[in-house]
Amino acid sequence: MIEFDHITKRYDDTEVVSDVSLTVEPHTVTVVVGTSGSGKTTLLRMVNRLVEPTSGMIRIDGEDNRSVPEFELRRRIGYAIQGHGLFPHRTVAENIATVPTLLGWENARIKAKVEQLLTLFQLDPDFFGARYPHELSGGQQQRVGVARALAAEPNLLLMDEPFGALDPIIRAKAQDDLLAIQKHFGTTIILVTHDMEEAFRLADKIAVMDKGEVLQYATPAEMLVRPATPFVEALIGSSERPFRLLAIETAGDAVEPGGAEGEPIPATLSQRDALSELLWSGRAALPVAAADGAVIGKVSLAGLVKRAARPE
Amino acid sequence: MAIGIIGDTERKPLAFDKLGAIVAALAAYGALLAPFATFKANRIVQGETRAIWEALPPLLGYGLIALVTVAAVIALLRTPLTVRMASALAVLVALCFLAGAAADNLTPPDNAYARVSPASGFWILLFAFALLVADALTRLNPGPVVRLLFLAAVLALVGGMLFAGVWDGLSILKEYASRADTFWAEAGRHLTLALGSLAAATVVGLPLGILCHRVDRLRNSVLGVLNAIQTIPSIALFGILIAPLGWIAAYVPGAAAIGIRGIGVAPAFVALFLYSLLPVVANTVVGLAGVPRAANDAARGLGMTDWQRLATVEFPLAFPVILTAIRIVLVQNIGLATIAALIGGGGFGVFVFQGIGQTAMDLVLLGAVPTVVLAFAAAIVLDALIEMAASDRSQGRAA
Repeated sequence: MIEFDHITKRYDDTEVVSDVSLTVEPHTVTVVVGTSGSGKTTLLRMVNRLVEPTSGMIRIDGEDNRSVPEFELRRRIGYAIQGHGLFPHRTVAENIATVPTLLGWENARIKAKVEQLLTLFQLDPDFFGARYPHELSGGQQQRVGVARALAAEPNLLLMDEPFGALDPIIRAKAQDDLLAIQKHFGTTIILVTHDMEEAFRLADKIAVMDKGEVLQYATPAEMLVRPATPFVEALIGSSERPFRLLAIETAGDAVEPGGAEGEPIPATLSQRDALSELLWSGRAALPVAAADGAVIGKVSLAGLVKRAARPE
Repeated sequence: MAIGIIGDTERKPLAFDKLGAIVAALAAYGALLAPFATFKANRIVQGETRAIWEALPPLLGYGLIALVTVAAVIALLRTPLTVRMASALAVLVALCFLAGAAADNLTPPDNAYARVSPASGFWILLFAFALLVADALTRLNPGPVVRLLFLAAVLALVGGMLFAGVWDGLSILKEYASRADTFWAEAGRHLTLALGSLAAATVVGLPLGILCHRVDRLRNSVLGVLNAIQTIPSIALFGILIAPLGWIAAYVPGAAAIGIRGIGVAPAFVALFLYSLLPVVANTVVGLAGVPRAANDAARGLGMTDWQRLATVEFPLAFPVILTAIRIVLVQNIGLATIAALIGGGGFGVFVFQGIGQTAMDLVLLGAVPTVVLAFAAAIVLDALIEMAASDRSQGRAA
């Protein structure tokens, strides 16, 4: 659990973060969204003390983050940034081994960890381990950057626009991978982005920041239904609202009894994608199949349209 | 690039090479119009010049002209790089041997006063075909190891010729013969001055550069002062140093005992050291500033201490740039150390200034040629090292 307790950061006369208090639950993904200059990156960098707050306190699992030396604190917290920040003169394996090496792990343990992470990120350890970062594609570099952040098995992972430099297709894949990894390790993630689409895709809770203040801190569904200010509403994008609402839940949640013609869609598909299937296939309903392939019911155009409407 | 050239050759077999045209013109002038050797009755009188066919026995003389003609034609036409290189090297080796042969041929038997030295035609030919070799080497683009081997082979060849006495008849080696002891002593002093001041500049300049990188305000003032020093002419700097070093020698106990005085090695060493500081400090600052921001940020965010970040991220990434500074300084110092002789600092300059004083050009060459060879060899060795250091620390696209 990470508690921001009345955090303020001032540079000379400008206040970049103003009296922010919020609590991040363990094992969740919290996304901080805002335009550039909103103070979101500064807020994130105060967690691992790359920036020191002017006033206030940040507690990690109840403990003031200033109670240990900076470098020790940072070795316990994963950190991944835009443009990956890989060390160009070190191989992929050496990059990933950075924090374990700093912590003085045994070589065998480091080697096993590097191989495990590369495999997890779908990079063949034998092929990629000895490569240099410039030999990798942008998407591969980004994966190595996240793998490096996770190498010492941190409970908390800070990510600053980690997917900002990727093209849309690779970005979507990277986001899916991140969610899978988060489930796998149960890591608490705080991620900063300016991309609302990304926030809705990843977040258990979203914090919207503007001019150093947190305007709203809520679950995606709550934020859609009850945006706290016109700014939040504008950020979500009014034309996107119904689709974002559908994107939060899966087709399984919208199953109605009965059967339908056509190719079954998987229950794990988002309702937004299910709607898109319905519209494209020109059908009023499609069967829904569970993971084992058994049809468990149908989703209908009418049912989804009703779910996309503003809840009362 | 090489492939393109071969392709051109296949299409137009009689195309001319631009550089080759210059080389051929120089070769024609050097071989036919300019004198090949100078003969002097003794070491300080005005010499008489001799063309190739006068300086060499007929067989060797016309043989050299034929060889130069063939090589010039090969240079003029667009021929494969290896052929150009081989023919140019053949001319260079022949020139080196025949310079010695000309000396033996022109010197009257049992005459210890006569002096024979290579004249403008020899130097022009040497320059023209060295240019061709350099051009072919550049276009072949060999790796650093091959370049080092090439340098070693050339030095071994020259050393072998010296050892075998091929050039013993040339005036420069006659000057050497009468000064063999002092030559090696001055060579040692020259190297001590050039390398010692470089080592001192590195030891002081690296930490200073790191400090300048970290402290903005310091950077401008330090670089400003070092820049100002760089603009002081070397002789003036020696003059400026005489007073403070003389004072130190007189009043600081023990200073005179370790060789510090107003003239001699100490001011030369200090001056070279001061000139070396700017490149080392400036390149350290530039190299450190060139470290990708994201890599630096990640290094801090992952929990490296300042020292760890400096030693394992910043310094290795800045290293090729710092090595470039060391190359600049080394080549610069080898040349500048010549001036040290003016204030009694020793080195190859001793021969240069003695030679000027006695209007004995051969003695000037005895000081100048080793200096040039040293500087040239140092440049090639360090360029190769820089390339080796940079190749596996390839600059990533991290930004």
